[in-house]
Formats: sequence, structure tokens, C-alpha cells
Amino acid sequence: MSLYTTLIAPFAEYGFMSKALLGCILLSLSSAPLGVLLMLRQMSLMGDAMAHAVLPGVAVGFLLGGASLPLMSLGGFVAGVMIAVLVGLATRSTTLKEDANLAAFYLMALSLGVLLISLKGNTVDLMHLLFGSVLAVDDASLRLMAGVSSLTLITFALFYRALLTEAFDPVFVRSVCKGAGAFHLLFLVLVVVNLVASFQALGTLMAVGLMMLPAVAARFWAQGFAPMTMIAAGIGVTASIGGLLISYYINVPSGPTIILSAGVIYLLSLLFGRFGSVRARYFPFKHLNQ
Amino acid sequence: MSLVFHNLTVGYDRHPAVHHLCGTLKDNSLTAIIGPNGGGKSTLLKAMMGLLKPLSGHIQKTGPCQVAYLPQVTEIDRSFPVSVFDTVLLGFWPLCGLWGSITKHQRHEALQALEAVGMESFAGRPISALSSGQFQRVLFARLMVQNADVFLLDEPFAAIDSRTTVDLMQILINWHQQGKTVVAVVHDLPQVKALFPEVLLLARECIAWGPTPTVMTEDNLRKADGLARQWHDHGEVCAA
Repeated sequence: MSLYTTLIAPFAEYGFMSKALLGCILLSLSSAPLGVLLMLRQMSLMGDAMAHAVLPGVAVGFLLGGASLPLMSLGGFVAGVMIAVLVGLATRSTTLKEDANLAAFYLMALSLGVLLISLKGNTVDLMHLLFGSVLAVDDASLRLMAGVSSLTLITFALFYRALLTEAFDPVFVRSVCKGAGAFHLLFLVLVVVNLVASFQALGTLMAVGLMMLPAVAARFWAQGFAPMTMIAAGIGVTASIGGLLISYYINVPSGPTIILSAGVIYLLSLLFGRFGSVRARYFPFKHLNQ
Repeated sequence: MSLVFHNLTVGYDRHPAVHHLCGTLKDNSLTAIIGPNGGGKSTLLKAMMGLLKPLSGHIQKTGPCQVAYLPQVTEIDRSFPVSVFDTVLLGFWPLCGLWGSITKHQRHEALQALEAVGMESFAGRPISALSSGQFQRVLFARLMVQNADVFLLDEPFAAIDSRTTVDLMQILINWHQQGKTVVAVVHDLPQVKALFPEVLLLARECIAWGPTPTVMTEDNLRKADGLARQWHDHGEVCAA
């Protein structure tokens, strides 16, 4: 068995494998900067909550059009942005912190979503929405992913300074720039769009995995935002390839396998990473003279 | 440009932290805000920055102005992956905006600012490598390049050693001499007496505001201290 037949052939010979891979690469690229920023804002769990928040919209799309991708995506996007705006408004006009408001809103959204799906579908439909099926990625959803990925990266490049500074020192941004609150909202919208784009491939829950696990793993390997983001994207792509191959050979579901592969990379980084890892703490490099 | 307070009350959940403050922050003044803990000093700065909405009254700004603000250190996450130099460059935001690039001259200016606060050898290090005092100096360098008309500083010398405090205080005095308006919350009373021409003594109410010798009398300081001892949770609705 040559290297080609082991590593390349599954993707070259099967259309569903190459499409799944392309989809995951697109998602890894655009999710990386968002995941790193979520982590740095200490909002790592926020992606998870937003993934739940899109569910009622997806469910409404599902009720109206069955398993139609455009309708479900549109519904998910509308629901996610609505929750983001409501949480933002609640946080600005009350003393409750953002995470508390988000918890309240996403729990309501999740319950509403489950309720809506049960009106028409069954538990199989619900499982599909929550956990997706990466091997069923078709041309339409690939186009959606490519569009969202490009849009995210271009927007990120355009507003790089604003998004990064707003995460680092929001008080400073508010002191030098009017309408600084819009940057935070823009960031949340990007997160929602990416979660919606990946829900068919990985499901609403696993979508967060491809966003957060590479990001938190990358933290152990870099000290600057840009290298951290590039490493996160690399880890996402590596986990996608590895996960798809493993699931192909031992015949297990692809979505969870991809996320678990990213999880293994995270655990290795946690143990052996360059900065702040277990290794760095207990077996530090020799210290400098100043 | 000057800031005028019209019967300003700012606070949290109906409890005033600044109570019925009237007065004018004159153009080109160098003012220390002093007073007991909980006396509303930080709250007043936040209201001046528009970060807090007044419970009643308002602040009138005359003329356009750039305001630079140094909050208390604790509000920034120092594990954020950003270098010392980049932190200082953020000060050019009012000039560069969202998309403008940093010029060679501005980089030079940022390095000079770092030199002025004694942090030039740390330019390439991440801010997580700094102590809180060193980070405060870096924030000072950022203020220096911001080229503002008004500087609002919340306990700028809180975590800083005495030698650096002298250096940073000289920067404040330079700004004052360049015609800028400088307001700083300070706890070191001998320092205030020696270096600040004007003082606002705040214990929720304005005890006194004006030239330092007339404000910092034994009587006034005792009055502020006495008020601070009486603060409790069960206020009546204010009649004023």
C-alpha cells in the first residue's frame, strides 16, 4: 500500500470525499481568525451558545421548505443575528454581563428550535441538524461555504485593526472612535454566518468545534495574533484531512472524527506546546541572563 | 475648549457617586482630583468620557477636542497577544483611523515615546511579559502619541515606582506647558501640593475646587473624610 493509495486516493477517487475535504478546508480558513478572537475575548463558550441560537431559524426553514439548504441557512442566519443583536441590546441597557444575557437567550432559542422541529420532523431530522453529515456536502452547500469563507476573510482583512483592538481594549476604542459598538456586532455577525455555513457539514454543534479547538490549540504555539491565526487554520485543515481519512478507513461518522482529531492536536499542544503548556511549566527551557 | 458641569449627578442603581457637581474645567489647566475611596473620582472621569450616562444634569463641551483617557490598569487583559510597540502605535488611531497606515515618522515618534517612559528596550516583547507598573508606562507612551487636547488619567501613578513617577509627572507638566488640559486622579497628597496648580476635592459632593492652597486645607480634608465615614446604603430620594 503506497502513500498515494493511503492518503490521496480516497479523496481523488470519491467525489463525496473531495467535496467534504474542500468544505472543511474552507471552514477551517475562515473559522480560524474568529475562533482565536473568541478565545482572546474569553468568549470560548460563546460560539457554542451561538450555535444553539441559530437552531430556531433553521427549524423554521425546515418547517417551511423541508431539508432545503437555502431556506434553512437563511433562517439560521436571521435567528443568529437576531439573538446577537438582542444580547447586545440587553447588555448595553442593563447591568447584566454579556455571557449571562447570552446564556438566557440561547437557552430559549434552543428550546424553541427543538419544539419547532418536533412539530413536523422526528428525532432523525433533529440529529441531522445538530450533528450534520459532512459526506453529504453537495455543490450548492460548497458554493455557500466558499462564499461565506471569502466574505469572512475579506471583511476580517478590512476591519482587522478595529476587530482586534476592540477585543484588546474596548474602552480605548470607544474613546477614540464613534460607533465602536458596531465592530463588536460585526464580529458576532461573522461568527453567526460561519456557524450557519458549516451547519450542514458538521451540524450546528460540531461547527463550533472546528472554530474553537484549532484556536485554543494554536494559543500554545504563538504569541502574536497573526501567527496564532495561521497556525489555527493549519490545525483545522490538518484535523479535517486526518479526520476524513480515519473515518473513511474505520467507517465511523466523519463530523465527530474531524473534531476529535482537532481535539487530539489540542491535547498534544496542551502537553508539549511552546508557550504556557504543561511542558513549558514543568520542563522550561534554560533561562536567559536578563 | 472647556468642560462645564451643570448640576451633574452620576451613579449606579440610583446611588449617586458624583452628587450635584457644578463647575468648569478650564482650558489649559492641570488639575488633580483627590478624595476618599468611593468618592466618585473614577466615575466622574468615565462620565466625562461618555462611558457612563448621568443620572441627572449634564456635561457641556465647548469646542471640538480630542480626549485621551487612561483607565485604571485592571480593566485590560494583559495576556492578550500584542507587542509593546503595537500597543503604543494604537495611539495613532485618531490620525490613522480604521485603514490608514503608520508612517515611518510615526514609528519613530512611538519609539521616542517608549524611550521617554524608559521602555524602549521592551518594544518587541509581548505585553504579557510586563509587570503592571511597566505596562502602565507603556500606556503612558500611547497617551503621548495620541496628541490629544485633554488628558484624563485615572490613578496614573498607582503601581509605579517613585523614580518613574517623577518622569511621568514631568510628562504631565510638559503637556500642561504645551497648552493641554490635564486631569489626574491622584492619592499622593504631598505630590499634589507640590506639582498640581488646581485641585478638585471630591467626596461624592464637591468639597472644594480651585487653586491648590485654597482647596487643600485641613478643614476641607477633614470634611471629606467625615463624609466618607457616613456613607451607607439607605439613602432617601434626593430633594435637590
